[in-house]
Amino acid sequence: MADTLLESSQRFTRRDRLKETLDTLAPVFLSIGVFIGVATVASLLLTVVTSGAHRLTPTLLTDYPHPNPVQAGMRSAILGTIWTVGLSALICIPLGIASALYLTEWSENRFVKRFLEVNIANLAGVPSIVFGLVGLSLLTYGLGWGRSIIAGAFTLAVMTLPLVTVAAAEAVKTIPEALKHGAYALGATKLQVTRYIILPKALPMMMTGAILAVSRAIGEAAPILVISGLLFIRQDPTSIFDRFTVMPLQIYNWVSRPQVAFQELSSAAILVLLLILLTMNAAAIALRYRYQRRLVL
Amino acid sequence: MQQTVFSPQLLENVRKKRVSNTLFNLLFLGASSISFITIMVIVGSLIYESTFFFSHVSLVEFFTGTEWTVLFVEKKFGVLPLLTATALTSAIALLVAVPAGLATAIYLSEYARPSLRRPVKSIIELLAGIPTVVYGYFALYFITPNLLKQLIPGISIHNALAVGLMIGVLIIPIVASLSEDAIYAVPEDFKQAAYALGARKIDVVFRVIVPAALSGILASIILAFTRAMGETMIAAIAGGFRVIFSTDPREAMQTMTSFIAQVATGDAPHGTVEYQSIFAVGLLLFIITLAFNLVAIQVVKRWQIRY
Amino acid sequence: MTMLKELVGRNMEEIAYGGKVVVETINLSVIYGKRYAIRDISLKVEKNRITAIIGPSGCGKSTFLRCLNRMNDLILDARVEGKVLYRGLDIYNREVDPVAVRTVIGMVFQRPNPFPMSIFDNVAFGLRVNGVKFSKTELAAKVRDALEKAALWDEVKDRLDAPAYSLSGGQQQRLCIARTLAVDPEVILLDEPTVSLDPISTAKIEQLLRNISSNYTIVIVTHNMQQAARVSDYTAVLMPDEEMVGRLIEFGPTRDIFTQPRDKRTEDYISGRVG
Repeated sequence: MADTLLESSQRFTRRDRLKETLDTLAPVFLSIGVFIGVATVASLLLTVVTSGAHRLTPTLLTDYPHPNPVQAGMRSAILGTIWTVGLSALICIPLGIASALYLTEWSENRFVKRFLEVNIANLAGVPSIVFGLVGLSLLTYGLGWGRSIIAGAFTLAVMTLPLVTVAAAEAVKTIPEALKHGAYALGATKLQVTRYIILPKALPMMMTGAILAVSRAIGEAAPILVISGLLFIRQDPTSIFDRFTVMPLQIYNWVSRPQVAFQELSSAAILVLLLILLTMNAAAIALRYRYQRRLVL
Repeated sequence: MQQTVFSPQLLENVRKKRVSNTLFNLLFLGASSISFITIMVIVGSLIYESTFFFSHVSLVEFFTGTEWTVLFVEKKFGVLPLLTATALTSAIALLVAVPAGLATAIYLSEYARPSLRRPVKSIIELLAGIPTVVYGYFALYFITPNLLKQLIPGISIHNALAVGLMIGVLIIPIVASLSEDAIYAVPEDFKQAAYALGARKIDVVFRVIVPAALSGILASIILAFTRAMGETMIAAIAGGFRVIFSTDPREAMQTMTSFIAQVATGDAPHGTVEYQSIFAVGLLLFIITLAFNLVAIQVVKRWQIRY
Repeated sequence: MTMLKELVGRNMEEIAYGGKVVVETINLSVIYGKRYAIRDISLKVEKNRITAIIGPSGCGKSTFLRCLNRMNDLILDARVEGKVLYRGLDIYNREVDPVAVRTVIGMVFQRPNPFPMSIFDNVAFGLRVNGVKFSKTELAAKVRDALEKAALWDEVKDRLDAPAYSLSGGQQQRLCIARTLAVDPEVILLDEPTVSLDPISTAKIEQLLRNISSNYTIVIVTHNMQQAARVSDYTAVLMPDEEMVGRLIEFGPTRDIFTQPRDKRTEDYISGRVG
């Protein structure tokens, strides 16, 4: 009996040591996974900065694209982004908020609600370039809008709609039932509860989500590539039916050229784009922070 | 009867409020039905445009042909080269994203100090926020010359490996975030029971938590996979436009999405077979991603352990 | 105490219909999904009296109360069977707008839920929302009146613009009572209004209810039997049956219920043997 006990305890100890080492090393291995992502971002930023920082001149922002990389700039791309993404935000933010309100507070039918939620989830999974294709077929040619800002804006709007809807719905869900019920019990209609209770409280959080969704739209090249094509735009937009280009597309344009000078140009353009995105995300986070502080009251 | 119970003024006020309420109800319903309408429109236009394509290209050739020379004079319409290129790059992407994403999820939820969680999560989310053209740039001008060329001397400037690796990094947040949700949902009781039986942390994590969260993790992998398949710019920049039917990641190859990008870069006039071909490819891509996404939903439903 | 003396010896059947009864439920049942929460509850609520609903927790008292002002409409899964009559009118009739019902039948909730607004705006909310335009002075007068009735005026008269959240729990609950009173309903429903409050606040609220009960019909849900005995004129006892469905076991003048309960279950509950 003593022998078997000794044997089994020896067996136990042997396996134990291997397990022990694995157990201690586990967090190290796992953090390597985290490290991959972080390292990529870091080296990416480093590459972009070293390659393009010196090309960051004010003329980069004010000049139009030009075959000569020294004279080329992002002006038309920046304006095109402002027009297109701006218009798409004007379309999709109200629509997203309205959809979110319907899904959370206004819908009275379980099946309609579930159905719409499934549709939003499916829409979120559609590849971005497919949106471009549909925009091209339906808006550019079907409705005759041409390869214009408005076609691009509507395409982007529909693409970011699920994001904005989900963010807005999350915002509405944070409002305690008790508050809404208190208002209903006083004889308020849904519209009044929405206007006086829900929206004032949820709007900051909705805006945070909207800003984040819009910043995604700013970085989207594929759908705009399909709608607009790759162009030299050497003038400012004057109407929503004008042809256009956006920043990520301009970057794509320059990245595709083999000359080193264009590589540096694209690095600089990337820096500009990243700075803009950083500012927007910082604004969203600041909004969230201020809102969360007020919640404590 | 109501008139004797409620005052006429009250009834009138209520009636007025009801009108505006109903109006907004319709407005909000209309807004949310846009998502449904859009899906219908997507399906409709893709099919519509594809019918032109398939009126002079046989389905058999499309699905079984191994040459795709749509932009050449002598046109062949076999989509397999594009399909394999998409599959290859997406598979490579998963090889990067699944270990890294899962490791991140497990590390953040089970090992990391709570104070570390927030900042690390934010950085991981950042990965998804970087525009894909930037990843493409990075793949072409850094990964390939500085990394891959050192490891695999024969590799070409444009190659599927760089594309796959970059897409992999791009989709890490999808795997990490959804897996973390799944892991977070595993009840504390499971873990406590395992520890009480003398299990070490590594056993608890890999033998209890991960299996319990498996449905959510699988769903995240499928969703990441479809995202990888739909990625355009990285493939367009770093993968090259050469159509070859190959599974060698060292080669340059054109995916379904980068083909669409290439045609869009040119100016294929409306109505030409080049123009129509992008819709056929787009339709195929859409069907594949939709099918996978629906599978992902089913996976979660069927495999989820009910707590 | 004077009220109870009036009621001793009175029977349910003696309460005449159409003059003294303001709210009546007939075979009222509520189904959540597939399960009955409460079933076949029939009782009459007398005008300008305090009626208490007591019973163990989870037996459906709040569910019942929420039927009286159609608050159950807000729950997607809930279905209501039977009738709820307000002055003879079935409030669940298709043509009746729940918004109208809630203007004449108000509700105060378990936990104080003031709006994130000033004290004044909280009380004025119901008035603003009901579409009648008041002048500034009229509005201020109505707000003051409501706060006085809710025994809160003296404590807040100097800081009407302060946020409602700056008040204590008991004050917030009285604020909620004030905003309900501002709309001038005929009936006030209270769902365990003092359960989250300290004894002093509880006493204040019980006192104000007694004070206003000569002008308002009050229905109060409470699982505190002593409170029911202290405050109410009538008491209804709800209990879950074998299938956990809430049923009306007994209903009558409070004095009778507490001294000579007819049903054994009531007696068990009151004496603390059960529940």
